[in-house]
Amino acid sequence: MPKLPPPPIPPALKPPPKRPEEGNGKLTPLDTAAEAGTSVVNWVDERTSLSGAVRWMMFRKVPKGTNWFYTLGSATMFAFLSQAITGVFLAMYYRPDVSGGAYESIRYVTNDVFLGSFVRGMHKWGASVMVVLVFLHMGRTFFFGAYKYPRELNWVIGVVLLILTMTMSFTGYLLPFDERAYWATIVGVNINGTGPLIGPYLSDFLRAGPEFGATTLSRFYAIHMMLVPGLIAALIGAHLYLVAKLGTTAPPWLKAKQDPELKKTEA
Amino acid sequence: MNQRQKEEYLREYGILKSEGKPFFPYAVAKDSLMACIVMLVIILASLTLGVELGAKANPATTSYEPRPEWYFFFLFELLRVIKPPSVVPLATIGIPTLCMILLFLLPFYDRGPERRPERRPIATLTGIFVIGAMFYLTWSGAHAGSPYALEWKTPNAVIKAGPAAVAKFEAGRKAIASTGCEACHKIGENGNPGPGPPLTEIGARIPAEGIARTLVNPTAPMPSFKGLPAKKFEDIVFFLSHLK
Ligand code: HEC
Ligand code: HEM
Repeated sequence: MPKLPPPPIPPALKPPPKRPEEGNGKLTPLDTAAEAGTSVVNWVDERTSLSGAVRWMMFRKVPKGTNWFYTLGSATMFAFLSQAITGVFLAMYYRPDVSGGAYESIRYVTNDVFLGSFVRGMHKWGASVMVVLVFLHMGRTFFFGAYKYPRELNWVIGVVLLILTMTMSFTGYLLPFDERAYWATIVGVNINGTGPLIGPYLSDFLRAGPEFGATTLSRFYAIHMMLVPGLIAALIGAHLYLVAKLGTTAPPWLKAKQDPELKKTEA
Repeated sequence: MNQRQKEEYLREYGILKSEGKPFFPYAVAKDSLMACIVMLVIILASLTLGVELGAKANPATTSYEPRPEWYFFFLFELLRVIKPPSVVPLATIGIPTLCMILLFLLPFYDRGPERRPERRPIATLTGIFVIGAMFYLTWSGAHAGSPYALEWKTPNAVIKAGPAAVAKFEAGRKAIASTGCEACHKIGENGNPGPGPPLTEIGARIPAEGIARTLVNPTAPMPSFKGLPAKKFEDIVFFLSHLK
């Protein structure tokens, strides 16, 4: 690209190029401040060597033809982050107590806490958005044949993420402990119980015993707040590692321009 | 894919990738815009649709029709539409389990090198069919009652006895639907045919006290229901004693 000529500034007004060695060779506090960002990054990098990883993640190439369908995965991740953040705020008020505490704490959040019903609404509808996005993302990878060699493992991790996402919404549904939550969960757990082999054990595990009781709620609470989100976060990490390692697919209908050199050797 | 096809794919992919753009800032810009849209949708949904908190959960109520979150409708609906009782356990867990296994193993049985959707007709059509089925089941699930809904016409004898009796009968109907009797008993068209005997005409066979005694002190494998709240227990007995 041709360079534009410098703007016509009178020479007297031109700022002299600054160098730290100028003057008595010491950095003025201003110089130090101007360099602060770089120094911090250098300081951290000298101790962690993370810059390589960041460069590897951020400056990898995405193939030609990458389109909007490829944003669905990161959109899902973003929805998960939103769930995590709004969830933390809800957890500041929530009490897993069947004898009324759970219901009261949610009622308190909904009616009395500043922006409480807004945050609760974001968490509730964010769950729907995340489920929709997971399915759309799965559809994209399915129809693009992105699960084929060499990305089989990433598909398998994805299916686990899908199950975990559904588990989140199933366990979260009970927590407000209103009528709807209670009865829908009882039916859900009973359906689990009719399953083959592990069915009865699974529903016993969820109920924390043969009866639906006080421990059931704390169990759902622990699963919803610690176990599954931790697993999801870890698996998203593995999923993204593989995405960066293998690269995202090109759209299936794209053909590479044949390298003329290669063609010669092939013929 | 055999070794040659794998190498061919990797080479082709290598060229396409080298012709592409760096992830930062091109893909990141798209992803960020998408993230903003997602955020906006969530915020708008929260503002316009809001949240609700129903009545406090009460194990003694009998008037509640359980309903899951909408994205589980298709599972509930599967449970409802598949009525032939011998396949009900199959429908509830069997079909979803099978689908999960098929989904998990997809990359291991669909190993062909072709990736274009229009040249993989079986995969593409199956995918479209599954999506269509899920849409259909979700839609019909949204318009239907709960899976263990118990459809039963209120008998004339009860209607004659007055509104209190009708309400009690109705409460009993819902109590049975939410207590899981239908897992083992057939009541009219509803429920499984075994292991318990059908209760369709139980009122003609056993008097109310007999039914109550059975519920408190049943023969295995039927569990005892003496732990139920008294009102719910009475409603169930009332309902059953009017099935004639
Ligand atoms: C685990 C399965 C199971 C469940 C759940 C169950 N039952 Fe039963 N029930 C049975 C079996 C098996 C018998 C037959 C016992 C016998 O032969 O005496 C039976 C017998 C009965 C009888 C006596 C029928 C007769 O003709 O003698 C009544 C009444 C009854 N059940 C009502 C109920 C009600 C009401 C519920 C729900 C609150 C219920 N059962 C839940 C398995 C079950
Ligand atoms: C919490 C849920 C998930 C998150 C956060 C997530 C995130 C991502 C991201 C950011 C990518 C990069 C490319 C893109 O965005 O399309 C990706 C790729 C991929 N995902 Fe997911 N994903 C999730 C669930 C799933 C599910 C349910 C599946 C399928 C069962 C799946 C299968 C794949 C595959 C095969 C790729 C590689 C696609 C390619 O290389 O073109 N993922 N995922």
